[in-house]
Amino acid sequence: MNRRLIDSVWGVVAWVAGIVFVFPVIWMVLTSFKQENAAASNPPSWVFEPTFDQYALVFERNMTPFLLNSLTASLMSTLLVVLLATPAAYALSLRPVEKWSDSLFFFISTKMMPAVAAFLPVYLLVKHAGMLDNVWTMVILYTSMNLPLAVWMMRSFLLEVPREVLEAGEVDGAGLITSIRKIILPIVSPGLAATALICFIFAWNEFFLALNLTATNASTAPIFLVGFISSEGAFLARLCAAATIVSLPVLIAGWLAQNKLVRGLSMGAVK
Amino acid sequence: MTDLATRPAPAPVVEKTRSSKERWVRRAPLLPALIFAIIVTQLPFLVTLYLSTQGWNALRPGQREFVGLDNYVTVLTDTRLRAALMNTVLLTAGAVIFSLILGLVLAILLDRKFLGRGIVRTLLITPFLVMPIAAALLWKHAIYNPTYGLINGLFGGSTDWVSSYPKAAVIATLVWQWTPFMMLILLAGLQSQSHEVIEAARVDGANAWQIFRRMTIPHLRQYLELGALLGSIYLVNTFDAVFTITQGGPGTATTNLPYEIYLTMFRKFEYGEASAAGVIVVILTIIVATFALRVISGLFKVEANR
Repeated sequence: MNRRLIDSVWGVVAWVAGIVFVFPVIWMVLTSFKQENAAASNPPSWVFEPTFDQYALVFERNMTPFLLNSLTASLMSTLLVVLLATPAAYALSLRPVEKWSDSLFFFISTKMMPAVAAFLPVYLLVKHAGMLDNVWTMVILYTSMNLPLAVWMMRSFLLEVPREVLEAGEVDGAGLITSIRKIILPIVSPGLAATALICFIFAWNEFFLALNLTATNASTAPIFLVGFISSEGAFLARLCAAATIVSLPVLIAGWLAQNKLVRGLSMGAVK
Repeated sequence: MTDLATRPAPAPVVEKTRSSKERWVRRAPLLPALIFAIIVTQLPFLVTLYLSTQGWNALRPGQREFVGLDNYVTVLTDTRLRAALMNTVLLTAGAVIFSLILGLVLAILLDRKFLGRGIVRTLLITPFLVMPIAAALLWKHAIYNPTYGLINGLFGGSTDWVSSYPKAAVIATLVWQWTPFMMLILLAGLQSQSHEVIEAARVDGANAWQIFRRMTIPHLRQYLELGALLGSIYLVNTFDAVFTITQGGPGTATTNLPYEIYLTMFRKFEYGEASAAGVIVVILTIIVATFALRVISGLFKVEANR
Protein backbone atom coordinates (compact mmCIF):
# COMPACT_ATOMS: atom_id res chain seq x y z
CA MET A 1 0.00 0.00 0.00
CA ASN A 2 2.79 2.36 1.01
CA ARG A 3 4.73 1.46 -2.14
CA ARG A 4 1.67 2.21 -4.21
CA LEU A 5 1.26 5.63 -2.64
CA ILE A 6 4.90 6.50 -3.37
CA ASP A 7 4.46 5.33 -6.95
CA SER A 8 1.45 7.52 -7.49
CA VAL A 9 3.21 10.54 -5.97
CA TRP A 10 6.06 10.04 -8.44
CA GLY A 11 3.45 9.62 -11.14
CA VAL A 12 2.06 13.05 -10.31
CA VAL A 13 5.57 14.54 -10.37
CA ALA A 14 6.13 13.01 -13.81
CA TRP A 15 2.84 14.44 -15.06
CA VAL A 16 3.77 17.91 -13.80
CA ALA A 17 7.19 17.65 -15.47
CA GLY A 18 5.56 16.57 -18.72
CA ILE A 19 3.13 19.47 -18.69
CA VAL A 20 5.84 22.02 -17.84
CA PHE A 21 7.93 20.73 -20.72
CA VAL A 22 5.18 20.77 -23.27
CA PHE A 23 3.80 24.09 -22.03
CA PRO A 24 5.59 26.34 -24.55
CA VAL A 25 4.04 24.23 -27.30
CA ILE A 26 0.58 24.49 -25.72
CA TRP A 27 1.14 28.23 -25.39
CA MET A 28 2.09 28.43 -29.06
CA VAL A 29 -1.09 26.65 -30.11
CA LEU A 30 -3.26 28.72 -27.73
CA THR A 31 -1.73 31.97 -28.98
CA SER A 32 -2.35 30.98 -32.58
CA PHE A 33 -6.10 31.06 -31.86
CA LYS A 34 -5.99 34.57 -30.36
CA GLN A 35 -6.45 38.01 -31.85
CA GLU A 36 -3.22 40.01 -31.98
CA ASN A 37 -4.15 42.33 -29.10
CA ALA A 38 -4.96 39.36 -26.84
CA ALA A 39 -1.69 37.69 -27.84
CA ALA A 40 0.39 40.73 -26.90
CA SER A 41 -1.30 41.39 -23.57
CA ASN A 42 0.55 41.51 -20.27
CA PRO A 43 -0.36 39.70 -18.02
CA PRO A 44 -1.07 36.87 -20.48
CA SER A 45 -4.72 36.32 -21.32
CA TRP A 46 -6.07 32.86 -20.57
CA VAL A 47 -9.67 33.35 -21.49
CA PHE A 48 -10.38 34.49 -25.01
CA GLU A 49 -12.69 33.81 -27.90
CA PRO A 50 -10.86 31.42 -30.21
CA THR A 51 -10.51 32.55 -33.80
CA PHE A 52 -9.12 31.08 -37.00
CA ASP A 53 -8.27 34.55 -38.35
CA GLN A 54 -4.52 34.07 -37.95
CA TYR A 55 -4.56 30.80 -39.88
CA ALA A 56 -6.53 32.44 -42.66
CA LEU A 57 -4.05 35.35 -42.71
CA VAL A 58 -1.05 33.03 -42.89
CA PHE A 59 -2.44 31.27 -45.93
CA GLU A 60 -3.31 34.61 -47.51
CA ARG A 61 0.39 35.42 -47.27
CA ASN A 62 0.94 32.55 -49.71
CA MET A 63 2.31 29.90 -47.42
CA THR A 64 1.19 27.00 -49.62
CA PRO A 65 4.13 27.05 -52.11
CA PHE A 66 6.58 26.93 -49.20
CA LEU A 67 4.80 23.94 -47.71
CA LEU A 68 4.76 22.21 -51.09
CA ASN A 69 8.50 22.82 -51.54
CA SER A 70 9.16 21.38 -48.11
CA LEU A 71 7.00 18.40 -48.94
CA THR A 72 8.78 17.76 -52.25
CA ALA A 73 12.25 18.16 -50.78
CA SER A 74 11.48 15.98 -47.75
CA LEU A 75 9.56 13.20 -49.49
CA MET A 76 11.86 12.93 -52.50
CA SER A 77 15.03 12.98 -50.43
CA THR A 78 13.57 10.39 -48.06
CA LEU A 79 12.73 8.15 -51.00
CA LEU A 80 16.25 8.51 -52.41
CA VAL A 81 17.81 7.90 -49.02
CA VAL A 82 15.87 4.69 -48.52
CA LEU A 83 16.72 3.49 -52.04
CA LEU A 84 20.43 4.15 -51.50
CA ALA A 85 20.72 3.16 -47.85
CA THR A 86 18.84 -0.15 -47.79
CA PRO A 87 21.04 -2.01 -50.29
CA ALA A 88 24.11 -0.47 -48.68
CA ALA A 89 22.97 -1.59 -45.24
CA TYR A 90 22.36 -5.06 -46.68
CA ALA A 91 25.94 -5.19 -47.94
CA LEU A 92 27.11 -4.13 -44.48
CA SER A 93 25.06 -6.61 -42.47
CA LEU A 94 23.52 -9.75 -43.96
CA ARG A 95 26.04 -10.37 -46.73
CA PRO A 96 28.87 -8.19 -45.53
CA VAL A 97 31.58 -7.10 -47.92
CA GLU A 98 35.19 -7.24 -46.84
CA LYS A 99 36.19 -4.39 -44.53
CA TRP A 100 32.52 -3.59 -43.99
CA SER A 101 33.22 -1.75 -40.74
CA ASP A 102 35.45 0.75 -42.56
CA SER A 103 32.58 1.69 -44.85
CA LEU A 104 30.23 1.89 -41.91
CA PHE A 105 32.49 4.30 -40.08
CA PHE A 106 33.09 6.27 -43.25
CA PHE A 107 29.36 6.96 -43.44
CA ILE A 108 29.14 8.11 -39.85
CA SER A 109 32.20 10.33 -40.21
CA THR A 110 30.50 12.28 -43.00
CA LYS A 111 27.71 13.02 -40.54
CA MET A 112 30.21 14.37 -38.06
CA MET A 113 31.58 16.93 -40.47
CA PRO A 114 29.84 20.24 -39.81
CA ALA A 115 27.77 21.32 -42.80
CA VAL A 116 29.34 24.78 -42.85
CA ALA A 117 32.81 23.33 -43.38
CA ALA A 118 32.09 21.91 -46.81
CA PHE A 119 29.33 24.31 -47.69
CA LEU A 120 31.21 26.94 -49.70
CA PRO A 121 32.27 24.60 -52.55
CA VAL A 122 28.75 23.20 -52.67
CA TYR A 123 27.36 26.72 -52.87
CA LEU A 124 29.80 27.74 -55.60
CA LEU A 125 29.12 24.60 -57.62
CA VAL A 126 25.37 24.94 -57.29
CA LYS A 127 25.60 28.60 -58.30
CA HIS A 128 27.85 27.79 -61.26
CA ALA A 129 25.50 25.05 -62.45
CA GLY A 130 22.56 27.42 -62.26
CA MET A 131 20.92 25.20 -59.66
CA LEU A 132 20.40 27.86 -56.99
CA ASP A 133 16.82 28.19 -55.82
CA ASN A 134 15.97 24.77 -57.24
CA VAL A 135 14.09 22.24 -55.15
CA TRP A 136 16.09 19.32 -56.64
CA THR A 137 19.27 20.81 -55.25
CA MET A 138 17.66 20.56 -51.84
CA VAL A 139 16.60 16.96 -52.55
CA ILE A 140 20.20 15.95 -53.31
CA LEU A 141 21.68 17.75 -50.31
CA TYR A 142 19.08 16.41 -47.89
CA THR A 143 19.75 12.93 -49.24
CA SER A 144 23.43 13.22 -48.43
CA MET A 145 22.59 14.74 -45.05
CA ASN A 146 20.41 11.77 -44.04
CA LEU A 147 22.27 8.95 -45.79
CA PRO A 148 24.64 8.02 -42.93
CA LEU A 149 21.83 7.98 -40.41
CA ALA A 150 19.72 5.76 -42.65
CA VAL A 151 22.57 3.33 -43.42
CA TRP A 152 23.28 2.86 -39.72
CA MET A 153 19.66 2.56 -38.80
CA MET A 154 18.77 0.11 -41.57
CA ARG A 155 21.82 -1.97 -40.74
CA SER A 156 20.69 -2.27 -37.14
CA PHE A 157 17.26 -3.44 -38.28
CA LEU A 158 18.65 -5.86 -40.88
CA LEU A 159 20.86 -7.48 -38.25
CA GLU A 160 17.65 -8.60 -36.56
CA VAL A 161 16.84 -10.91 -39.45
CA PRO A 162 17.77 -14.37 -38.15
CA ARG A 163 20.59 -15.85 -40.22
CA GLU A 164 19.26 -19.40 -39.79
CA VAL A 165 15.95 -18.54 -41.42
CA LEU A 166 17.76 -16.83 -44.29
CA GLU A 167 20.09 -19.80 -44.79
CA ALA A 168 17.22 -22.28 -44.54
CA GLY A 169 15.47 -20.32 -47.28
CA GLU A 170 18.57 -20.45 -49.46
CA VAL A 171 18.83 -24.22 -48.97
CA ASP A 172 15.21 -24.53 -50.04
CA GLY A 173 16.14 -22.75 -53.24
CA ALA A 174 14.73 -19.31 -52.49
CA GLY A 175 16.36 -16.72 -54.73
CA LEU A 176 17.40 -13.26 -53.57
CA ILE A 177 14.10 -11.68 -54.56
CA THR A 178 12.07 -14.34 -52.76
CA SER A 179 14.08 -14.09 -49.56
CA ILE A 180 13.82 -10.30 -49.61
CA ARG A 181 10.08 -10.47 -50.14
CA LYS A 182 9.22 -13.38 -47.86
CA ILE A 183 11.81 -13.16 -45.09
CA ILE A 184 13.60 -9.80 -44.93
CA LEU A 185 10.84 -7.31 -45.71
CA PRO A 186 8.27 -8.57 -43.17
CA ILE A 187 10.88 -8.32 -40.42
CA VAL A 188 12.42 -4.97 -41.32
CA SER A 189 9.41 -3.07 -42.65
CA PRO A 190 8.63 -1.35 -39.29
CA GLY A 191 12.29 -0.35 -39.18
CA LEU A 192 12.14 0.88 -42.75
CA ALA A 193 9.13 3.02 -41.89
CA ALA A 194 10.87 4.45 -38.83
CA THR A 195 13.99 5.24 -40.86
CA ALA A 196 11.90 7.01 -43.46
CA LEU A 197 10.03 9.01 -40.82
CA ILE A 198 13.22 10.18 -39.14
CA CYS A 199 14.82 11.19 -42.45
CA PHE A 200 11.63 13.06 -43.27
CA ILE A 201 11.79 14.90 -39.93
CA PHE A 202 15.38 16.05 -40.44
CA ALA A 203 14.75 17.15 -44.02
CA TRP A 204 11.56 18.99 -43.11
CA ASN A 205 13.26 20.89 -40.27
CA GLU A 206 16.46 21.79 -42.13
CA PHE A 207 17.19 25.51 -42.15
CA PHE A 208 20.83 26.41 -42.94
CA LEU A 209 21.01 24.94 -46.44
CA ALA A 210 17.56 26.19 -47.36
CA LEU A 211 18.44 29.69 -46.15
CA ASN A 212 21.54 29.94 -48.32
CA LEU A 213 20.53 28.02 -51.41
CA THR A 214 16.97 29.11 -52.05
CA ALA A 215 15.47 32.50 -52.79
CA THR A 216 11.89 32.57 -54.04
CA ASN A 217 10.99 29.49 -56.08
CA ALA A 218 12.32 26.70 -53.92
CA SER A 219 12.08 28.18 -50.42
CA THR A 220 10.93 25.74 -47.80
CA ALA A 221 8.64 26.19 -44.79
CA PRO A 222 11.36 27.26 -42.30
CA ILE A 223 12.27 30.10 -44.67
CA PHE A 224 8.66 31.24 -44.76
CA LEU A 225 8.69 31.48 -41.00
CA VAL A 226 11.80 33.66 -40.91
CA GLY A 227 10.86 35.90 -43.83
CA PHE A 228 7.47 36.30 -42.27
CA ILE A 229 8.85 37.65 -39.00
CA SER A 230 11.12 40.27 -40.57
CA SER A 231 8.52 41.63 -42.97
CA GLU A 232 5.68 41.70 -40.46
CA GLY A 233 7.43 42.80 -37.31
CA ALA A 234 6.31 40.86 -34.30
CA PHE A 235 2.77 39.73 -34.84
CA LEU A 236 2.81 37.06 -32.22
CA ALA A 237 -0.50 35.32 -32.92
CA ARG A 238 0.19 35.10 -36.64
CA LEU A 239 3.70 33.82 -35.98
CA CYS A 240 2.31 31.15 -33.66
CA ALA A 241 -0.24 30.08 -36.26
CA ALA A 242 2.48 29.73 -38.89
CA ALA A 243 4.80 27.92 -36.44
CA THR A 244 2.00 25.52 -35.52
CA ILE A 245 1.31 24.67 -39.15
CA VAL A 246 4.96 24.01 -40.06
CA SER A 247 5.55 21.94 -36.92
CA LEU A 248 2.47 19.79 -37.31
CA PRO A 249 3.73 17.24 -39.88
CA VAL A 250 6.82 16.48 -37.82
CA LEU A 251 4.87 16.33 -34.57
CA ILE A 252 2.60 13.72 -36.10
CA ALA A 253 5.48 11.80 -37.68
CA GLY A 254 7.42 11.87 -34.42
CA TRP A 255 4.50 10.74 -32.30
CA LEU A 256 3.93 7.86 -34.70
CA ALA A 257 7.59 6.84 -34.69
CA GLN A 258 8.27 7.49 -31.02
CA ASN A 259 9.08 3.88 -30.18
CA LYS A 260 11.79 3.85 -32.82
CA LEU A 261 12.89 7.45 -32.38
CA VAL A 262 15.71 6.77 -29.94
CA ARG A 263 17.10 4.01 -32.11
CA GLY A 264 17.19 6.25 -35.14
CA LEU A 265 18.68 9.22 -33.37
CA SER A 266 21.41 7.08 -31.83
CA MET A 267 22.07 5.59 -35.30
CA GLY A 268 20.91 2.18 -34.13
CA ALA A 269 23.23 2.02 -31.12
CA VAL A 270 20.39 2.05 -28.58
CA LYS A 271 17.37 -0.19 -28.98
CA MET B 1 54.68 -26.79 -33.80
CA THR B 2 52.02 -29.46 -34.02
CA ASP B 3 49.63 -26.94 -32.57
CA LEU B 4 50.31 -24.59 -35.46
CA ALA B 5 50.02 -27.31 -38.04
CA THR B 6 46.69 -28.62 -36.86
CA ARG B 7 45.10 -25.21 -36.53
CA PRO B 8 42.25 -24.84 -39.04
CA ALA B 9 42.69 -22.34 -41.82
CA PRO B 10 41.59 -18.89 -40.62
CA ALA B 11 38.50 -17.37 -42.15
CA PRO B 12 40.19 -14.45 -44.00
CA VAL B 13 41.94 -16.93 -46.29
CA VAL B 14 38.57 -18.24 -47.38
CA GLU B 15 37.46 -14.69 -48.07
CA LYS B 16 40.48 -14.12 -50.31
CA THR B 17 39.89 -17.23 -52.38
CA ARG B 18 36.54 -15.83 -53.44
CA SER B 19 36.65 -14.81 -57.07
CA SER B 20 36.94 -11.12 -57.81
CA LYS B 21 33.65 -11.23 -59.69
CA GLU B 22 31.85 -12.53 -56.65
CA ARG B 23 33.42 -9.83 -54.50
CA TRP B 24 32.11 -7.17 -56.85
CA VAL B 25 28.66 -8.72 -56.75
CA ARG B 26 28.78 -8.43 -52.99
CA ARG B 27 29.96 -4.85 -53.16
CA ALA B 28 27.41 -3.77 -55.76
CA PRO B 29 24.58 -2.85 -53.34
CA LEU B 30 26.99 -0.71 -51.34
CA LEU B 31 28.46 1.23 -54.22
CA PRO B 32 25.66 3.68 -55.11
CA ALA B 33 25.44 4.97 -51.55
CA LEU B 34 29.22 5.07 -51.16
CA ILE B 35 29.80 6.93 -54.42
CA PHE B 36 26.98 9.36 -53.68
CA ALA B 37 28.39 10.14 -50.23
CA ILE B 38 31.92 10.62 -51.58
CA ILE B 39 30.77 12.96 -54.35
CA VAL B 40 28.46 15.09 -52.24
CA THR B 41 30.46 15.28 -49.01
CA GLN B 42 34.13 14.43 -49.62
CA LEU B 43 34.86 16.22 -52.90
CA PRO B 44 33.48 19.54 -51.60
CA PHE B 45 35.70 19.21 -48.58
CA LEU B 46 38.77 18.72 -50.80
CA VAL B 47 37.76 21.88 -52.63
CA THR B 48 37.42 23.64 -49.26
CA LEU B 49 41.00 22.58 -48.51
CA TYR B 50 42.12 24.10 -51.81
CA LEU B 51 40.11 27.30 -51.32
CA SER B 52 41.57 27.75 -47.86
CA THR B 53 44.93 28.44 -49.51
CA GLN B 54 43.49 31.14 -51.73
CA GLY B 55 43.26 34.83 -50.99
CA TRP B 56 39.79 35.35 -52.35
CA ASN B 57 37.17 37.92 -51.55
CA ALA B 58 34.14 37.56 -53.78
CA LEU B 59 33.63 41.33 -53.75
CA ARG B 60 36.94 41.72 -55.64
CA PRO B 61 36.42 39.39 -58.59
CA GLY B 62 39.45 38.35 -60.58
CA GLN B 63 41.80 38.87 -57.67
CA ARG B 64 42.39 35.35 -56.52
CA GLU B 65 45.83 34.18 -55.62
CA PHE B 66 47.66 31.46 -53.75
CA VAL B 67 48.48 32.69 -50.26
CA GLY B 68 49.62 29.46 -48.62
CA LEU B 69 48.69 29.30 -44.98
CA ASP B 70 47.97 33.04 -44.62
CA ASN B 71 44.25 32.44 -44.17
CA TYR B 72 44.95 30.05 -41.32
CA VAL B 73 47.19 32.64 -39.66
CA THR B 74 44.50 35.30 -40.09
CA VAL B 75 41.79 33.02 -38.76
CA LEU B 76 43.76 31.73 -35.79
CA THR B 77 44.94 35.20 -34.75
CA ASP B 78 41.54 36.79 -35.30
CA THR B 79 39.93 37.64 -31.96
CA ARG B 80 36.46 37.16 -33.45
CA LEU B 81 37.22 33.61 -34.35
CA ARG B 82 38.71 32.85 -30.98
CA ALA B 83 35.61 34.31 -29.35
CA ALA B 84 33.49 32.15 -31.66
CA LEU B 85 35.47 29.08 -30.66
CA MET B 86 34.95 29.84 -26.97
CA ASN B 87 31.25 30.49 -27.54
CA THR B 88 30.88 27.22 -29.44
CA VAL B 89 32.43 25.32 -26.55
CA LEU B 90 30.31 27.16 -23.98
CA LEU B 91 27.02 26.84 -25.86
CA THR B 92 27.59 23.20 -26.76
CA ALA B 93 28.83 22.15 -23.33
CA GLY B 94 26.12 24.15 -21.54
CA ALA B 95 23.33 22.70 -23.64
CA VAL B 96 24.68 19.14 -23.47
CA ILE B 97 25.31 19.13 -19.72
CA PHE B 98 21.99 20.68 -18.69
CA SER B 99 19.95 18.57 -21.08
CA LEU B 100 21.74 15.45 -19.85
CA ILE B 101 20.96 16.26 -16.21
CA LEU B 102 17.33 17.10 -16.92
CA GLY B 103 17.05 14.13 -19.25
CA LEU B 104 18.36 11.83 -16.52
CA VAL B 105 15.81 13.13 -14.00
CA LEU B 106 12.96 12.71 -16.48
CA ALA B 107 14.15 9.26 -17.54
CA ILE B 108 14.18 8.12 -13.91
CA LEU B 109 10.64 9.49 -13.46
CA LEU B 110 9.47 7.67 -16.58
CA ASP B 111 11.14 4.41 -15.63
CA ARG B 112 8.39 3.78 -13.03
CA LYS B 113 4.93 2.53 -13.78
CA PHE B 114 2.18 5.10 -13.31
CA LEU B 115 -1.12 6.06 -14.82
CA GLY B 116 -0.70 7.62 -18.26
CA ARG B 117 3.00 6.93 -18.61
CA GLY B 118 2.70 6.70 -22.39
CA ILE B 119 0.98 10.09 -22.55
CA VAL B 120 3.63 11.75 -20.38
CA ARG B 121 6.37 10.31 -22.59
CA THR B 122 4.61 11.71 -25.64
CA LEU B 123 4.35 15.12 -23.95
CA LEU B 124 8.03 15.04 -23.05
CA ILE B 125 9.30 14.24 -26.54
CA THR B 126 7.16 16.95 -28.11
CA PRO B 127 9.70 19.83 -27.72
CA PHE B 128 12.21 17.81 -29.73
CA LEU B 129 9.75 17.54 -32.61
CA VAL B 130 8.94 21.23 -32.92
CA MET B 131 10.79 22.66 -35.91
CA PRO B 132 14.01 24.17 -34.47
CA ILE B 133 13.54 27.50 -36.20
CA ALA B 134 9.93 27.64 -34.97
CA ALA B 135 11.10 26.82 -31.45
CA ALA B 136 13.70 29.58 -31.59
CA LEU B 137 11.15 32.11 -32.80
CA LEU B 138 8.65 30.96 -30.20
CA TRP B 139 11.12 31.38 -27.34
CA LYS B 140 12.37 34.70 -28.61
CA HIS B 141 8.98 36.32 -29.15
CA ALA B 142 6.47 34.49 -26.99
CA ILE B 143 8.66 33.71 -23.97
CA TYR B 144 11.64 36.07 -23.70
CA ASN B 145 9.98 39.23 -25.03
CA PRO B 146 10.24 41.99 -22.37
CA THR B 147 6.73 43.42 -22.85
CA TYR B 148 4.43 40.52 -23.72
CA GLY B 149 6.68 37.47 -23.20
CA LEU B 150 5.47 34.65 -21.01
CA ILE B 151 8.21 34.89 -18.37
CA ASN B 152 7.60 38.53 -17.55
CA GLY B 153 3.87 38.00 -17.99
CA LEU B 154 3.78 35.28 -15.35
CA PHE B 155 6.39 36.55 -12.92
CA GLY B 156 6.28 40.30 -13.50
CA GLY B 157 9.28 42.53 -14.12
CA SER B 158 10.48 43.94 -17.41
CA THR B 159 13.75 42.12 -17.95
CA ASP B 160 14.85 41.90 -21.56
CA TRP B 161 15.99 38.30 -21.27
CA VAL B 162 17.70 38.01 -24.64
CA SER B 163 19.90 41.09 -24.32
CA SER B 164 20.56 40.67 -20.59
CA TYR B 165 21.39 36.97 -20.66
CA PRO B 166 22.07 36.14 -24.33
CA LYS B 167 24.04 32.94 -23.76
CA ALA B 168 21.58 31.62 -21.18
CA ALA B 169 18.67 32.45 -23.49
CA VAL B 170 20.18 30.43 -26.33
CA ILE B 171 21.21 27.57 -24.04
CA ALA B 172 17.77 27.38 -22.40
CA THR B 173 16.09 27.06 -25.79
CA LEU B 174 18.55 24.34 -26.84
CA VAL B 175 18.15 22.52 -23.53
CA TRP B 176 14.38 22.57 -23.93
CA GLN B 177 14.70 21.00 -27.37
CA TRP B 178 17.42 18.46 -26.55
CA THR B 179 16.34 17.19 -23.13
CA PRO B 180 13.84 14.77 -24.76
CA PHE B 181 16.66 13.30 -26.86
CA MET B 182 18.80 12.66 -23.78
CA MET B 183 15.79 11.36 -21.90
CA LEU B 184 15.02 8.78 -24.60
CA ILE B 185 18.59 7.48 -24.68
CA LEU B 186 18.85 7.30 -20.89
CA LEU B 187 15.41 5.72 -20.58
CA ALA B 188 16.51 3.00 -22.99
CA GLY B 189 19.55 2.55 -20.78
CA LEU B 190 17.48 2.31 -17.60
CA GLN B 191 15.12 -0.19 -19.15
CA SER B 192 17.97 -2.42 -20.25
CA GLN B 193 18.98 -2.89 -16.60
CA SER B 194 18.41 -6.37 -15.25
CA HIS B 195 15.51 -6.24 -12.80
CA GLU B 196 16.50 -9.49 -11.10
CA VAL B 197 19.90 -8.12 -10.13
CA ILE B 198 18.34 -4.96 -8.68
CA GLU B 199 15.75 -7.01 -6.83
CA ALA B 200 18.53 -9.20 -5.45
CA ALA B 201 20.42 -6.12 -4.24
CA ARG B 202 17.23 -4.86 -2.58
CA VAL B 203 16.72 -8.19 -0.84
CA ASP B 204 20.32 -7.98 0.37
CA GLY B 205 19.40 -4.72 2.07
CA ALA B 206 20.69 -2.07 -0.35
CA ASN B 207 18.66 1.14 -0.18
CA ALA B 208 17.44 3.07 -3.22
CA TRP B 209 20.33 5.56 -3.18
CA GLN B 210 22.93 2.79 -2.93
CA ILE B 211 21.32 0.94 -5.82
CA PHE B 212 21.26 4.14 -7.86
CA ARG B 213 24.88 5.07 -7.16
CA ARG B 214 26.48 1.65 -7.26
CA MET B 215 24.42 -0.04 -9.95
CA THR B 216 22.35 2.33 -12.05
CA ILE B 217 24.96 5.03 -12.67
CA PRO B 218 27.73 2.61 -13.71
CA HIS B 219 25.26 0.85 -15.98
CA LEU B 220 24.14 4.18 -17.45
CA ARG B 221 27.67 5.45 -18.00
CA GLN B 222 27.87 4.34 -21.59
CA TYR B 223 24.45 5.75 -22.33
CA LEU B 224 25.42 9.07 -20.74
CA GLU B 225 28.57 9.13 -22.87
CA LEU B 226 26.63 8.27 -25.99
CA GLY B 227 24.07 11.00 -25.28
CA ALA B 228 26.81 13.55 -24.60
CA LEU B 229 28.72 12.72 -27.75
CA LEU B 230 25.76 12.51 -30.13
CA GLY B 231 24.35 15.66 -28.55
CA SER B 232 27.68 17.42 -29.08
CA ILE B 233 27.86 16.33 -32.71
CA TYR B 234 24.43 17.80 -33.39
CA LEU B 235 24.78 20.87 -31.16
CA VAL B 236 28.22 21.99 -32.36
CA ASN B 237 26.38 22.80 -35.58
CA THR B 238 23.82 25.00 -33.85
CA PHE B 239 22.84 27.69 -36.30
CA ASP B 240 19.07 28.17 -36.19
CA ALA B 241 18.88 29.29 -32.56
CA VAL B 242 21.78 31.74 -32.82
CA PHE B 243 20.57 33.13 -36.14
CA THR B 244 17.08 33.71 -34.78
CA ILE B 245 17.37 34.59 -31.12
CA THR B 246 20.49 36.74 -30.92
CA GLN B 247 22.03 37.07 -34.41
CA GLY B 248 25.27 36.24 -32.62
CA GLY B 249 25.02 39.31 -30.41
CA PRO B 250 25.09 41.42 -28.42
CA GLY B 251 28.52 42.08 -29.90
CA THR B 252 29.92 38.61 -30.38
CA ALA B 253 28.48 37.21 -27.14
CA THR B 254 26.71 34.30 -28.82
CA THR B 255 28.51 34.06 -32.18
CA ASN B 256 29.51 30.42 -32.52
CA LEU B 257 31.68 28.94 -35.26
CA PRO B 258 28.93 27.99 -37.70
CA TYR B 259 27.45 31.47 -37.41
CA GLU B 260 30.86 33.15 -37.70
CA ILE B 261 31.70 31.13 -40.81
CA TYR B 262 28.30 32.02 -42.21
CA LEU B 263 29.03 35.73 -41.62
CA THR B 264 32.49 35.43 -43.18
CA MET B 265 30.96 33.75 -46.23
CA PHE B 266 27.83 35.75 -46.84
CA ARG B 267 28.44 39.12 -45.17
CA LYS B 268 32.17 39.66 -45.67
CA PHE B 269 32.50 37.39 -48.71
CA GLU B 270 35.96 36.30 -47.54
CA TYR B 271 35.79 32.91 -49.19
CA GLY B 272 39.41 32.00 -48.44
CA GLU B 273 39.13 32.79 -44.75
CA ALA B 274 35.77 31.06 -44.44
CA SER B 275 37.30 27.93 -45.96
CA ALA B 276 40.25 28.01 -43.57
CA ALA B 277 37.86 28.38 -40.63
CA GLY B 278 35.83 25.46 -42.00
CA VAL B 279 38.92 23.26 -42.18
CA ILE B 280 39.77 24.14 -38.58
CA VAL B 281 36.25 23.18 -37.50
CA VAL B 282 36.61 19.86 -39.28
CA ILE B 283 39.91 19.15 -37.52
CA LEU B 284 38.33 19.94 -34.16
CA THR B 285 35.36 17.74 -34.98
CA ILE B 286 37.63 14.87 -35.99
CA ILE B 287 39.26 15.07 -32.57
CA VAL B 288 35.88 14.91 -30.83
CA ALA B 289 34.59 12.31 -33.27
CA THR B 290 37.50 9.96 -32.57
CA PHE B 291 36.26 9.75 -29.00
CA ALA B 292 32.69 9.45 -30.20
CA LEU B 293 33.48 6.50 -32.44
CA ARG B 294 35.28 4.72 -29.63
CA VAL B 295 32.24 5.09 -27.37
CA ILE B 296 29.79 4.06 -30.06
CA SER B 297 31.75 0.95 -31.02
CA GLY B 298 32.03 0.10 -27.33
CA LEU B 299 28.27 0.29 -27.04
CA PHE B 300 27.85 -1.97 -30.04
CA LYS B 301 30.02 -4.57 -28.35
CA VAL B 302 27.78 -4.39 -25.29
CA GLU B 303 24.69 -4.85 -27.44
CA ALA B 304 26.29 -7.81 -29.20
CA ASN B 305 27.23 -9.51 -25.95
CA ARG B 306 23.79 -9.25 -24.43
